[in-house]
Amino acid sequence: MNVTVIKPGLLSSLQDAGRSGHAALGVGRAGAMDPPAWQLANALVGNVGSEAAIECTLTGPSLRFEQAAVIALTGAPITARVGERSVPMWTTFHLAAGSVLHLGGMVSGFRSYLAVRGGFDVPTLLGSRSSDLHARIGYDRGRALRAGDVLPVGTAAALPGFTAGYDVQQLDWSLDPQPWFDFAQRPLALLCGSHWSQLDAASQQLLFSGKFSLSKDSNRTASRLDGHMLQLRAPLELISEAALPGTVQLPPSGQPIALLAEAPVTGGYPRIGQIAMVDLPRLAQRRPGDTVCFRETTLDEALTRLAAHRQRLARLLGTIAQRLERT
Amino acid sequence: MLPAIQFEALAEDALLLRFGERIDIELNARVQAATACLRQRLPQLECVPAYASVLLRFDPQHWPGGDPHQQVQAAACAILDAPDPFVIASRELVIPVCYGGEHGPDLAEVSAHCRLDADAVIAHHTAADYRVAMLGFAPGFPYLLGLDPRLAVPRRPDPRQRVPAGSVAIGGSQTGIYPETLPGGWQLIGRTPMRLFDITANTPSLFTPGDRVRFEAIDEDQFRDLAATNPA
Repeated sequence: MNVTVIKPGLLSSLQDAGRSGHAALGVGRAGAMDPPAWQLANALVGNVGSEAAIECTLTGPSLRFEQAAVIALTGAPITARVGERSVPMWTTFHLAAGSVLHLGGMVSGFRSYLAVRGGFDVPTLLGSRSSDLHARIGYDRGRALRAGDVLPVGTAAALPGFTAGYDVQQLDWSLDPQPWFDFAQRPLALLCGSHWSQLDAASQQLLFSGKFSLSKDSNRTASRLDGHMLQLRAPLELISEAALPGTVQLPPSGQPIALLAEAPVTGGYPRIGQIAMVDLPRLAQRRPGDTVCFRETTLDEALTRLAAHRQRLARLLGTIAQRLERT
Repeated sequence: MLPAIQFEALAEDALLLRFGERIDIELNARVQAATACLRQRLPQLECVPAYASVLLRFDPQHWPGGDPHQQVQAAACAILDAPDPFVIASRELVIPVCYGGEHGPDLAEVSAHCRLDADAVIAHHTAADYRVAMLGFAPGFPYLLGLDPRLAVPRRPDPRQRVPAGSVAIGGSQTGIYPETLPGGWQLIGRTPMRLFDITANTPSLFTPGDRVRFEAIDEDQFRDLAATNPA
């Protein structure tokens, strides 16, 4: 079974849980920018492993499904239709052979996920099918999708309740996008980084009271934050150390940079903060021009929220699996 | 007595062990030895060595019963306080380099800056024993320690958009090799026909942190022959 890309959308790429464990070789994780949305899309089509899905950015692709397929859409609210029929999000949807799925623009947010039952079956490299657009690793040397690409889909048994023969079919239930999609754009929780204390007093305050906006030069590697320049009390000469997604760095220009999924594995800029893991997908859903502000958190609070979030996600994944069996 | 290791919780799933704040071959040797010990005894951690630090990444859920960072720190300390007597067998790699000409367009500039003739630059660059301090910047990019201080040159004010794969370069007091065609601001003195990174290979990276490296000068013909046997 194949899916042909008719129009690629603004920036669509194949992503899974990412390539962990190879930072010592200089290879970063990449992977979905909004991991819960990616995972829920896979769960809704009954994929149980770390299957690759399409991550769409701002506008989605148009795709032709050569055979019947079961799909799900999650993440930022995106317009989607097959012919005249609109395709709902956060649920499971059956496409007949030859269907053309048109994904349009996003009402809010920045990234949507399209999963297909069986997963996009491109070669696994260092344990992942993710495209690292920065390091150029992944599908066809880690690039975004282009018109004419033919993406193979893995084989999987038919999902109970979805049988061929009808034009389109969908489940009679769907997930509540909340709390998985943040419509309110609340402040992101930030741990003070090791060099936060080296910021001058005004900058320390601005980091937590200021409104930043996401710069248009933001990508899967980093979000640049416009609005306020921050300053250190005195310049710091640092040697390179490991860098992580979620680290907020302060280069000499004074413009803070939040590292994201394709962050380089080492960096030498002062670290003024670390965004709580639970809030990173919420940053990934901000689009250039959107407001970004921070509130201070502690490691304890961040760990408690992470454990609660994982429990909630695990419960939901279990419920989805059970309900798909009963459908 | 060795200075104490500083621990810093970087994120919910990350703890940094800092051995010092300098770029120094002895300090980095401690980093590599600690990385080897930690990998062997705590295989559930991901260890990422840098010049003077090791990052440990872990799943906080796998350390139940209290503060995961404190538990990881205690486990790491116990291992590093009683290190295995084994010596890490570091490999030595000899890297052929064609210096100057089209492969090393900045050799003349480096030579002028260092007030050495081009042959002396090559002689100093090939005479030194280097250590791979860490890999970063791009997959398989080795940051090498051991550059002769006489060869230190500032980075280029105008970084190149495309530095060819295999370029051997000097940036400040560091030397390294570009594994792929990449943008970069280091001064290019030569190029190796060796392939540094192949994602599809069993061991994708030619270098691992801790490796010892020497450079060997080759001429244009040898470069061509070797390049033909190491297709990119």
